Amino acid sequence: MSDDIKGKDKSLITRRKFLAGLTAGAAASALPAGEAGAYAFEELFRQHYKRLDADDLKDILAKLEEELSFKYGKEVHAKATPPLDNTVFGYALDLSRCIGCRRCVYACVRENNLSRDPQIHWIKVLEFQKGNNKWQGLEHSNRYYEPEQVPEKGRFYVPVQCQQCKKPPCVKVCPVQATWQEPDGIVVVDYNWCIGCRFCMAACPYGARSFNWGKPSILKEEFNPDIHYLGNRPQYKGIVGKCTFCIQRSRQGKYTACVEACPVGARKFGNLMDPNSEIRYVLENMKVFRLKEELDTNPKFFYFFSMGTGVKS
Amino acid sequence: MVIDAINGILRTVVTGSREYKAWVGFLSLLALVGIVFVFRQIDQGLIATNMRDEVSWGWYIANFTFLVGVAAAAVVLVIPYYIYDFKPIGEIVLIGEIMAVAAVSMCLMFIVLDMGSAERFWHLIPMIGIFNFPQSILTWDVVVLNMYLVLNLTLVIYALSKIYAGKSYKTKLIMPFIFFSVPAAISIHTVTAFLYLGAPARPFWNTAVLAPRFIASAFCSGPAFMLIIFQIIRKTTKLKIADEALHKVAEIVTWCMAVNLFLLGSEVFKEMYSATAHIEPFNYLWNGLRGHSQLVPWIWTALIVNSIAFLILIIPSIRKNFFMLNIACAFIFIGVYIEKGMGLIFPGFIPGTLGEIYDYMPNAMELWISLGVWAIGLLIFTIGAKICIAIKTGEIGHADPSAHH
Amino acid sequence: MTMKCLRCLLFIISLITAGLIFVSYHAQNIYASSTEAAHGGHAAESAHGAGHDDYPGEVPFDRPVEEIKKFIAPMNELNIFPCSDCHDAAWEPNYERRELGEPHDVVPEKFINHDSENRWCLDCHSAKTRDKFQLLNGKLVEFNEYYRVCEQCHKRVYREWKMGIHGKRTGYWNGEKQWMHCTQCHDPHNPPFKAIKPEPVPRTPLNVRTSSSGEEHQSSAETKH
Repeated sequence: MSDDIKGKDKSLITRRKFLAGLTAGAAASALPAGEAGAYAFEELFRQHYKRLDADDLKDILAKLEEELSFKYGKEVHAKATPPLDNTVFGYALDLSRCIGCRRCVYACVRENNLSRDPQIHWIKVLEFQKGNNKWQGLEHSNRYYEPEQVPEKGRFYVPVQCQQCKKPPCVKVCPVQATWQEPDGIVVVDYNWCIGCRFCMAACPYGARSFNWGKPSILKEEFNPDIHYLGNRPQYKGIVGKCTFCIQRSRQGKYTACVEACPVGARKFGNLMDPNSEIRYVLENMKVFRLKEELDTNPKFFYFFSMGTGVKS
Repeated sequence: MVIDAINGILRTVVTGSREYKAWVGFLSLLALVGIVFVFRQIDQGLIATNMRDEVSWGWYIANFTFLVGVAAAAVVLVIPYYIYDFKPIGEIVLIGEIMAVAAVSMCLMFIVLDMGSAERFWHLIPMIGIFNFPQSILTWDVVVLNMYLVLNLTLVIYALSKIYAGKSYKTKLIMPFIFFSVPAAISIHTVTAFLYLGAPARPFWNTAVLAPRFIASAFCSGPAFMLIIFQIIRKTTKLKIADEALHKVAEIVTWCMAVNLFLLGSEVFKEMYSATAHIEPFNYLWNGLRGHSQLVPWIWTALIVNSIAFLILIIPSIRKNFFMLNIACAFIFIGVYIEKGMGLIFPGFIPGTLGEIYDYMPNAMELWISLGVWAIGLLIFTIGAKICIAIKTGEIGHADPSAHH
Repeated sequence: MTMKCLRCLLFIISLITAGLIFVSYHAQNIYASSTEAAHGGHAAESAHGAGHDDYPGEVPFDRPVEEIKKFIAPMNELNIFPCSDCHDAAWEPNYERRELGEPHDVVPEKFINHDSENRWCLDCHSAKTRDKFQLLNGKLVEFNEYYRVCEQCHKRVYREWKMGIHGKRTGYWNGEKQWMHCTQCHDPHNPPFKAIKPEPVPRTPLNVRTSSSGEEHQSSAETKH
């Protein structure tokens, strides 16, 4: 056959070249699949995450990697890590240490590929006044504080994000079960299943859920290429997203982005089933409380004061 | 026969007085403008509205809530006529059901407009999608609303085809369905109320009195609208509607408004006497909260017009005066529209779960789109009523205009 | 309108009511199945407000510092170590409590800003061997185990640090954690933290979008308290 290549039979070369070109063309046209109609068509009819079998999921993840790698110019790793055995995640926040610097807010934005424009924050830091009426209620908090420096005198700060409730009211009301609680306690959203009715947002007592009112946009340079299907993959216009305890990190044994970003060590995270974890130590030895306990949502996000008000003011 | 019927119906739709044509033309224009804006909303997403995370349900859902009430109000005609055999209402009961069809259609349109990813509606279909019934009250709403729509549509079509053929439609086959439409109507509005009151995250809604308030306000707003429509129909068509029919409906409206005001009073007492932190949304609505008082003039207007309407209606001699009755009806419609729309949905979200106050008000695009939806609904009603009247008066078909159907 | 019709109506209404009662009851019970966090003892948890959950296992209260030694971050290079380069055996220590000049003017204007009323340099730094620290009982402590000095007064924080709940947390929650040591955050000669500039304030609802690909609303409905 090699003799033919030398050019004796022109038609063979032409045919071979043609076939080679065809394959290359097909491969090339497959690359910007995200822009093309084929992928969008598949997405429109994609089934619920829980109904996808292993092969489907693999295909979907591969296509996702392809599409996003092309779009953001980075090598994307998409996974759908299942929950770890004997693991239930818990979180504790030391209110005596939080200084309201918002580094957790922006670390979360970067880690979870949240839209910069329109702006989406999954963590909201509330500023309260110290004094007689300090716990008058969340009604007297302020999210929009802008002092030159924090912590400000006479103020303390309470960051709020998804509480990963044991009895999540959001899961109860979703008409299509696009949001559910995984066995490791994380309440997740299937971005391809959510119909955008926003009933979950009306039902959440903590304002933890964000809706993508417009088309989300992230700068290429800021894109985080390590994504989880139920976590930090880029979201779509018209669906709901929320903190997932960095499911792409926590299921690999890592701490969440907010825990690692906190410069004063106010945030604690770990496995509630492990008696040697920090979170169990906190629950055991600190006087913890939770927000809106009377609603009996049973959150896994605890607050405590390890010391007075801690910060000099 | 069927071809004749279709021809007749089409002829009825396209011919009519100058006023009819102008009205239909005006509505079509409004609908078109709305559709143009819908394209913009689809393109940009719901960010083109003024809704945001803090107030995630706004003008569209407010209209939806009001219209579910209007739809339920057809039962105000069904009960006296079919159950209590109050014959004068016989002329108008079908038109009431057509209004219910139009109202539910508008509800469905508003819901689809409000959905962030409406192309994924198929996710709601059981088996193919996941229909989270009975856990999610929203699925109950989907079931009852669609069931009510199909029921009313079927009843109207069945009745009109029987009348067209010159027969009575009160057959053994259909009567159970007619009776069923009564609990069906109550159910659509009760389920919608449960949707709100089942959310402990929103203390303004989390009150059991919301369900009876919904029914009471529905049963005054829908018939109030119908009363004005029936008078227009009396003047512009051959359909004869007895005064007694209208007076009976007005009586029902009176007592429903009484219940509505009483339940409102009950809410006011609970909030103001208990004076807990949960008074905040109530204060935002009625007094203004921390400098934000956007809704205050609206709700007070609603209360004042509702009260004036009630006072007009409570005195039988004044109620029987059609001029005064029409003022009362217009007032009730406006009052309940404000109270149930802006006065219910917006304060549910203000202040938010973390205490934020976002003074939501719909923007121009939302208003144009909702006007378009109302126009389409009114078009459905106008055309439906025209066909119905034409059949009943014997203009088309074999109905005997002197007989009571 | 007969009794039969009324009966039928009543039946339907009771059906609907029963359905609604069923759904509200069912809504409580779904949590028992949906929270399959029952991998180790949650299954028994009642869905009707469990209050304090009982997680398995006994939580240890303290641990010897040796257990975490290998995970502690390495000490930074100091530019004037070892101290014995200057402070050799020949140099007599001056025990008088005073402000030091260069190169030890660590805290301008103040003695040391760390319990300065009761402590000064030689209370922690051993006068005998400047390369080491000293404890209250006279014992000497290696330079890279300086945290034993901190332990003396800050017992609780020291224990919490060993158990992992004090300070910035990095590493793996189910594997190797990384421990920072005290001076990585706390300047021993001037411990109070300085205030820092916060990251940008979140945008208010009507201003979440910066690009004007549509209507730009600069309404006065801003949510400032």
